[in-house]
Amino acid sequence: MSEFFQYVINGLSQGGTYALVALGYTMVFGILQLINFAHGEVYMLGAFTGLYTLRFFGARIVEFYNLALSVGADQASTTVAILTAITVIVISMITCATVGYFVERLAYRPLRNSPRINLLITAVGVSLFFQYSGQLIFGSSPQPYPDLFENLESWTFGSDENLLVINPLQVFVFVTAITLMLILRHVIFNTRLGRAMRAVSFSHELSSLMGIPTNRIITATFMIGSSLAGAAGVMVGMTYPKVEPLMGSLPGLKAFCAAVLGGIGNVTGAVLGSFILGLAEAFLSGYGAPTYKDALAFTILILILLVKPSGLLGVHRTEKV
Amino acid sequence: MKNKKQNKNALNPTDPFCGFASLRWWLLAVAVVWVLNSILPDLMGPYYFQILILAGINVILAVSLNLVNGFTGQFSMGHAGFMSVGGYISAYITTQLIVSHPEIMNDAILGSAVFVGSLLLGGLGATCTGYLVGLPSLRLRGDYLAIVTLGFGEIIRVVFLNMDAVGGARGLSGIMQFSSFGWVFTLAIFTVFTVWRVVHSAQGRVLLSIREDEIAATAMGVNTTQGKVRAFAMGAFFAGVAGGLFAHYLTIMSPGTFDFNRSFEIIIMVVLGGMGSISGSVVAAVLLTSLKEALRPLQQLTGVDLRMVIYSLVLITMMLARPSGIFGTREIGDIYRDWRAGKAPKDAKKLKASTPSKGGAA
Repeated sequence: MSEFFQYVINGLSQGGTYALVALGYTMVFGILQLINFAHGEVYMLGAFTGLYTLRFFGARIVEFYNLALSVGADQASTTVAILTAITVIVISMITCATVGYFVERLAYRPLRNSPRINLLITAVGVSLFFQYSGQLIFGSSPQPYPDLFENLESWTFGSDENLLVINPLQVFVFVTAITLMLILRHVIFNTRLGRAMRAVSFSHELSSLMGIPTNRIITATFMIGSSLAGAAGVMVGMTYPKVEPLMGSLPGLKAFCAAVLGGIGNVTGAVLGSFILGLAEAFLSGYGAPTYKDALAFTILILILLVKPSGLLGVHRTEKV
Repeated sequence: MKNKKQNKNALNPTDPFCGFASLRWWLLAVAVVWVLNSILPDLMGPYYFQILILAGINVILAVSLNLVNGFTGQFSMGHAGFMSVGGYISAYITTQLIVSHPEIMNDAILGSAVFVGSLLLGGLGATCTGYLVGLPSLRLRGDYLAIVTLGFGEIIRVVFLNMDAVGGARGLSGIMQFSSFGWVFTLAIFTVFTVWRVVHSAQGRVLLSIREDEIAATAMGVNTTQGKVRAFAMGAFFAGVAGGLFAHYLTIMSPGTFDFNRSFEIIIMVVLGGMGSISGSVVAAVLLTSLKEALRPLQQLTGVDLRMVIYSLVLITMMLARPSGIFGTREIGDIYRDWRAGKAPKDAKKLKASTPSKGGAA
């Protein structure tokens, strides 16, 4: 039984990072009908931003918080670790938003009125460009991630046979992911920007007739989606303490599958689909077939396209001429 | 009635390429291939010969992918997956037969017959998987095919990785080297011929109509899903055949060979040559296979697959500057005709009028 709960915890933590990536996919798809293949690479860049920030400024950030909270340098407290992690995540989010801005501006906007297949090919090109120039710049071998939470002990419940281990990092990842999602939900449903985004995803022409600066809203959507991917990158880097330039492609595609599972274009659906996928993967690797784990997301994708193409929460939209 | 369906170019008597659609030129080309087959390996060094063989296999892959991505306007990213299905099936058949009936496989004629049979079976296996993958995703509008085919490539890799019958992660080795210059180029010619004939048939018009405007095509009574699935299955068939040739040339198969980069290589051949141009795909396939070898020293210097950086930049700039690719939707024959028309302005009007204009970028 405790095994079961262990998988649930692992799955929720994994699902949280999928959800952050899936949100970017689903937002961009909702607004441009484009599968932004480069999104997984933005997530990779986020992880590397976090890595280099920690490597070069990590000690200073910790020192700063130690001073600010007036604790001794030898006492690495939980608060300092959490604050440092949040700082790194914010830095990474800002960097990724910038990357998202430039990708949209330089690669996607010039193609706004060309056939969709051209846009798709460009997206694939951008994705591969990041992967392989990443190998040139960062080197192709995996690099270890500094562990901010190394001094914190895991919470254990139960006795030897029924051991349940909760890593504080997993809790941190889960809580941060949920917080970011709630912020996003607020932005989409309760702000002017969010209303504009929903309008643009409904119809570009109509919303520009209503005076909404369509291009600016699309850029903003890209930036928000990219910043969430950046946060996910840092958190995955901390959880699986290795990062490499090709790390983004597979989780990126899986997150897209999760977005389709929940109903592409639907923000709540993306989160739901991601948690389902995270849990399913955790159970699959826990109960028997870990080697098949990577194929699971795509099998789910094909099945959902067969059974209910609009996804769990998606609404079927008929195409108008 | 039958003539009306055929391409006007093919019937234009002033066109030097008018015989291009007739069978005898293709048979002649096959004959030339088999004559070359006996002299080329000695004439060229083994290194250049290998590039030639790989170029031939890439021609099959690029032309068959062009049927899906170029002519039908769908975006498949799983060609390497179909390639691996075909490759594994045909390699499994021949390796099993070597063990059980070595006398058949060592016989020159019987062995070749079994080899071609295994290629066909591999192709059919790929067709079946193509049908299974294509049906759910092609029913839907939009870019689902791209992501499903991409995911399918991953599924197939994981399946072969876990399949002990074909060696699992170690791969399948000890495959006989059947893929000679003759077979590779005979099948390449066969692929180009078949795709050419399909595109210029009534079925091909269905595919073009899907590419140009799916809604309008549906309104005209075209069964778009059926057309798409047919094109997709056919593309998968040739990918499977190419996979078989590849396996019987390298003599070893491993699940990692057919990763996404391989699919991407084929995609960039199609895009670079021009989506909707068969000769463009052929030219781009030969060009990029040679470029890959030319870049090898640079790659060894940096230790990174630099080719992919260059390919991706080429792809992005291509989409921004010239989305139609080198040839666009035109063939070498059209370009030759235009060039001749430019030389002799008297005929220009007449010739231009006889060339069906194809709409814009793919």
